[in-house]
Amino acid sequence: MAYEKILTRYRDLPNYTGTIDEYITQGGYQALPKALREFQPADLIEIVKRSGLRGRGGAGFPCGVKWGFTPKDSPKPKYLVCNCDESEPGTFKDRMLIEEEPHQLIEGLIISSYAIGCRLAFIYCRGEFVSGAQVLERALREAYGRGYLGTNILGSGFDLDVHVHRGAGAYICGEETGLLESLEGKRGQPRMKPPFPAISGLYRSPTVVNNVETLSNIPHIVLRGAEWYAGIGPPKSAGPRLFSVSGHVERPGNYELPMSITLRELIFDHAGGIPNGRRLKAVIPGGSSAPVLTEQHLDVPMDFESLAAAGSMGGSGGVIVMDDTVCMVRVGEIVSRFYHHESCGQCTQCREGTAWLHKVLRRIEHGQGRKEDLDLLLDMCDNMKGKTICVLSDAAAMPIESYLKHFREEFEIHIRERACPFEGKGAF
Amino acid sequence: MISDETRKRFDELVKRYPEKRSALIPILHEVQAEVGYLSPEAIAWVAAYLTLSPADVMSVASFYDMLHLEPVGKHMIYACHNLTCSLLGAERLIRHLEDRLGIRMGETTPDGLISLKRMECLASCGTAPAIQIDGVYYERVTPQKLDELLEKLRNGRLQGSRT
Repeated sequence: MAYEKILTRYRDLPNYTGTIDEYITQGGYQALPKALREFQPADLIEIVKRSGLRGRGGAGFPCGVKWGFTPKDSPKPKYLVCNCDESEPGTFKDRMLIEEEPHQLIEGLIISSYAIGCRLAFIYCRGEFVSGAQVLERALREAYGRGYLGTNILGSGFDLDVHVHRGAGAYICGEETGLLESLEGKRGQPRMKPPFPAISGLYRSPTVVNNVETLSNIPHIVLRGAEWYAGIGPPKSAGPRLFSVSGHVERPGNYELPMSITLRELIFDHAGGIPNGRRLKAVIPGGSSAPVLTEQHLDVPMDFESLAAAGSMGGSGGVIVMDDTVCMVRVGEIVSRFYHHESCGQCTQCREGTAWLHKVLRRIEHGQGRKEDLDLLLDMCDNMKGKTICVLSDAAAMPIESYLKHFREEFEIHIRERACPFEGKGAF
Repeated sequence: MISDETRKRFDELVKRYPEKRSALIPILHEVQAEVGYLSPEAIAWVAAYLTLSPADVMSVASFYDMLHLEPVGKHMIYACHNLTCSLLGAERLIRHLEDRLGIRMGETTPDGLISLKRMECLASCGTAPAIQIDGVYYERVTPQKLDELLEKLRNGRLQGSRT
């Protein structure tokens, strides 16, 4: 049965540019008056809980539950911050959503602000999203012009201002407390938790941080109901998901699908399979922090639970496909270089661990590996997990462990032959 | 060093935020665009404007990849070297860039026109390999396409926005 696109329905419309008029013609800004007139804020939190919507940024935390953690009677103002710091390698869906359909996000942001009692919200874009931020600024001006933002929105008595705030290039600002530090004008160093942002977040006030795709779902849930939404995909991973498919596939791109889709269907039916008659060697299913999977996992459905059971994670939905010309040691070298560069340096395990992971992987790739290096890598990974302020350290260790688990022989060949067997003929 | 017009924009910008320090990174972006890079004088100006210490501003500026504490070229080319771009030829593209410009990544051409910088994932993996020139994306880049872009850049025919 053909899947009915929800978040990216607009992509099938010719010449669609995402202006407010086009969005309204397609049924946009109908959920906002419905939310303001028919529901109390607490009702909306219940609806989003019942819908089963889980965060699309990486952690997959239930959205309505997150909203429910904010205190009902807070003497301090509450803030909603949209996390548009999309930086997880392999992920490019939020950039598409803000550039192509900004009002879907803005409508979701307004409804969500009403639900949690926020009157000042921010959209934190990664610094590199120069044009995306401009599109959002223009869309916000349009929304103010129509009375969807500002004071007494649609005569409801609800006031809301929204600003776009650009970062300046730092992966760690996608971690929600690192993001809040950055938004406060500081280095993006994650905070100790608890307290969680719902209690003490931006300016030490109750704050909800939600991903772009997560918020873009909200208008549809309000219009069509929690039960409709919960009926899409597997029960614990409800709703549509945008999968960013990249690497060695015929048709890379963003695919909106229910999470019941298998890795095989996603890679071969939707993305067109592996080019040049090559075979699939490895696939990272949820951004570069996710442990790698192989051919034997192709029939795993892409929901949060199934991917976890297969030893990986749904993460950010970034699916990186690699064919049989790819050297997994080189992949480890690139991935560990990234986490080393992006470690904020607060915690010793992460600052030192990411540096040493990269150093050891680089020497193995370049024919300088030692016999004891593989156990050394695993020992370092073990010391990096669950011991730091945020999960960047875990995110650096988990993929390397998985490369060793599935491709240990390839690492051993590098060490034994004192050279990379793919040198000069591989994908890199 | 900062024009009155820009300063007036900053006066408006700080009003967006309950705490004015929040305007620091947006202000650093704009000052960098106006001055060319975040010189010690620029850092001192921003610090005085927001009543922070220069060391405090420096600690923030040094944290972020897009803020430059050393002089950079008039044009900035970011080349993604993360996983998907690497799978699809990023390192070959980077070598081509270095050869064409006669400089290495992290350096600036002697005429001060172009700087090269390796960047982590630019969220352009579906159209890899990707680069950014002055904040504008160029995707599915080939060496040939790169030559055309460099030609346009030298002739001032490439539109970009530095902030």
